[in-house]
Amino acid sequence: MAALRIQSLKKAFGGLPAINDVSLEVAAGERRLIIGPNGAGKTTLFNLVTGDLSADGGAIGLFDEDVTRLASHRRAHRGLARTYQIITLFARDTLEHNIALALLGLTRTRWSAFGTFSKRFYDDAHEVLTKVGLQHLSRKPVSQLAYGEKRRVEIAMALAQKPRVLLLDEPLAGLSREERASIKQLIAAIPRDTTVVMIEHDMDTALDLADRITVLHYGRVIVEGTRAEVVADPKTREVYLGH
Amino acid sequence: MLFLLAAGFSLIFGLMRIANLTHGALYMLGAYLGVSILKVVPNLWIAALLGGVAVALLGGVFERFILRRLQGNVLGQVLVTLGVSFIIADLCLVVWGGDPVPIPTPSWLQQPVRLWGLAFPAYRLAVVVLAVLVGIALYVFVEKTRLGAMIRAGVDDMEMARACGIPVSRLFTIVFCLGAALAGAGGIIGGPIMSAYPGLDADMLPLALIVVILGGVGSLFGAFVGSFVVGFVYTFGVALLPDLAYVILFLPMILVIAFRPKGLFGKFAA
Amino acid sequence: MRWIAVLVLLALIPLILGEYYVNLASQILIFAVFAASINLLLGYGGLPTLGHAAYLGVSAYLSALVALKLGLGHAFAAPIALLGTVLMAGLFGLIALRATGLGFLMLTLALSQVLWGTALRWVSMTDGDNGLRGMTRPFGLDAAAPFYYFVLLVTAVSIWLMARYVASPLGAALKGTRDQPRRMGALGHHVWMVRWITFVYAGFWGGVSGLLFVYYHKYIHPVSLSLANSAEGLLAVIAGGSGTLAGPLVGAAIVMLLKNWVSAYIERWNMLLGFVFVFIVIFMPEGVVPGVRRLWRRFVSKA
Repeated sequence: MAALRIQSLKKAFGGLPAINDVSLEVAAGERRLIIGPNGAGKTTLFNLVTGDLSADGGAIGLFDEDVTRLASHRRAHRGLARTYQIITLFARDTLEHNIALALLGLTRTRWSAFGTFSKRFYDDAHEVLTKVGLQHLSRKPVSQLAYGEKRRVEIAMALAQKPRVLLLDEPLAGLSREERASIKQLIAAIPRDTTVVMIEHDMDTALDLADRITVLHYGRVIVEGTRAEVVADPKTREVYLGH
Repeated sequence: MLFLLAAGFSLIFGLMRIANLTHGALYMLGAYLGVSILKVVPNLWIAALLGGVAVALLGGVFERFILRRLQGNVLGQVLVTLGVSFIIADLCLVVWGGDPVPIPTPSWLQQPVRLWGLAFPAYRLAVVVLAVLVGIALYVFVEKTRLGAMIRAGVDDMEMARACGIPVSRLFTIVFCLGAALAGAGGIIGGPIMSAYPGLDADMLPLALIVVILGGVGSLFGAFVGSFVVGFVYTFGVALLPDLAYVILFLPMILVIAFRPKGLFGKFAA
Repeated sequence: MRWIAVLVLLALIPLILGEYYVNLASQILIFAVFAASINLLLGYGGLPTLGHAAYLGVSAYLSALVALKLGLGHAFAAPIALLGTVLMAGLFGLIALRATGLGFLMLTLALSQVLWGTALRWVSMTDGDNGLRGMTRPFGLDAAAPFYYFVLLVTAVSIWLMARYVASPLGAALKGTRDQPRRMGALGHHVWMVRWITFVYAGFWGGVSGLLFVYYHKYIHPVSLSLANSAEGLLAVIAGGSGTLAGPLVGAAIVMLLKNWVSAYIERWNMLLGFVFVFIVIFMPEGVVPGVRRLWRRFVSKA
């Protein structure tokens, strides 16, 4: 059974088709890389999968469930998590608060208007932060973190949800070489009971992480296959050199 | 008459994305100014022109020094325009007193006109004609002239427009002045129908809001259609169900924002 | 700890100051509850509301109508008024929350204007521009000092409960939706529901302030439902500093004091209100409380 199955997905903005009949299947535990030139529709695809955008046509399936019409918070409860290309952390809050909010989102306590929100969640947040090596910064407001650390937090927040399917939107964007290597390690260490779908531009780093690669261009799937297959395919080169 | 008010508001809201709550007050100011000007210049139309210019100047100063500072701060803009509307309203009270002041209809329009067997008050017909003319003029200005094109460019993408050498800030000031002028002139022209009284701004502002939202933000044609619809609804509503006139008035607006945020012809949601 | 000190200070007022000031203090506290309820939405929820006077007004009018037309005592009038207010807030929330930001603001404005216009024109029910008079205070608290202590008690409980809400998990979720609504959705939070619940809760406290209002004045008039009233509440929150608990309280005090002292000298309160609006928005956008806090920190670090 596919962890993520997208069938004939369509989305147009005004007259512009951003996603033009895209179908793909990601197997459970797989690491899938989605690449393509700017404007190919990669982030739009993610937004459709998470429910931030509603599709004009087609279907999205998460394991055995059709989530096409489901609201985004409900998809999160079905095991979907994502990071964002632009850092969308709670800048004014501390690191532990950020992670705690992520942990809160999937529990029943999030509706409680009584009691204080901290102790138990902050403790759990510390555990998550330890796993990504940031526990020493847990009391700092996120706005004071370095960019590389913020990227780490983005991933930590998504991992805190213990997702079945994790969407990473350009997790390496804007990082120095050392930072990229360390984030790559972080991603590689994610256990296989989480399926990972990643958008990336930095191919040198990303290609190592991927089992299979999907190439998107103008909202369509142009090439799909293993690393070797995709690299060899003439259409891939056309897509990238034609720019 | 409603159209003049609404067009100005729509212009400012649609083009500058500013909800100018001062608009009602500017209308009232125009009406009061008209009273004073008429004492000196007995022609209504010239008074309207002068009044419009005066209000436009005031609007320009306001925009330049106050609104400009709050670029992007939506709540701040709303509060500031609200504040200024209070100031203007009270100022009018101080200067012109608390009693309503009537504005006389021009004598050559005082007789009713017979059309298709029905009698219409001539003045109101004249206002409608004027509204249509102004509407056409505005349309031509925005869609066809270079200035209009520059303004539209500035709205669509401020930074790109600046990069192309378009003086966006100055254009915004011009737009605001134009909107204010329409409000002020509208106040005078509407004078014979409504006279000038304290609280005129509070009565007119919600109407302008409703018209613009109903007709669609950013669309002059929508404002035009909206004015007529609202005008009708208001007149009939007040006649039939005076107790609930307000509800009838606001209901369409509420429905529109809630279910069709673009309005009937709008370009973007409120 | 600071709060207890403040409470003690407030409790001492009738012992130190004369009746005029005690009444003024009551008015400030009532306005403070109103402002705090607005702050739940504006400061903690990021939802700018320009129609909150609706809840103050509905609650006040319902309480008055129940007492005058049905002849029932306060034990009935108060719960009915609050229930009505909550239902109205629920309904209005459903409508207003179809938009955010400016659209939300305009919807709250429109909805409260509808209520205002209805209060003004539905003369058979509300006696229109004359307002309703002849109400009584509960427990016969007609004297200034005992009524003040009643108001102080209710205010303290209200603020405390609002503070608990904000500190709770739901409150944390609310603040999250203010800062990053999209992310909150992706994390599993039901953003709309959090906002709607807060809207109703804020409406409830607005209603409580309405009850206190009508008890104090023994009179209610459509002007209490007006845009100007909502705007004053909003001003109090912004002047004091939205997003803090003390902010709206300080702001309410500032606005009320200004209003009372100034109207002795200047007749044109509205104009002054307008100027204050403009001044604060341009020069002190974060409000007095954060500003003072900032200065205090600087002062302390230099010492």
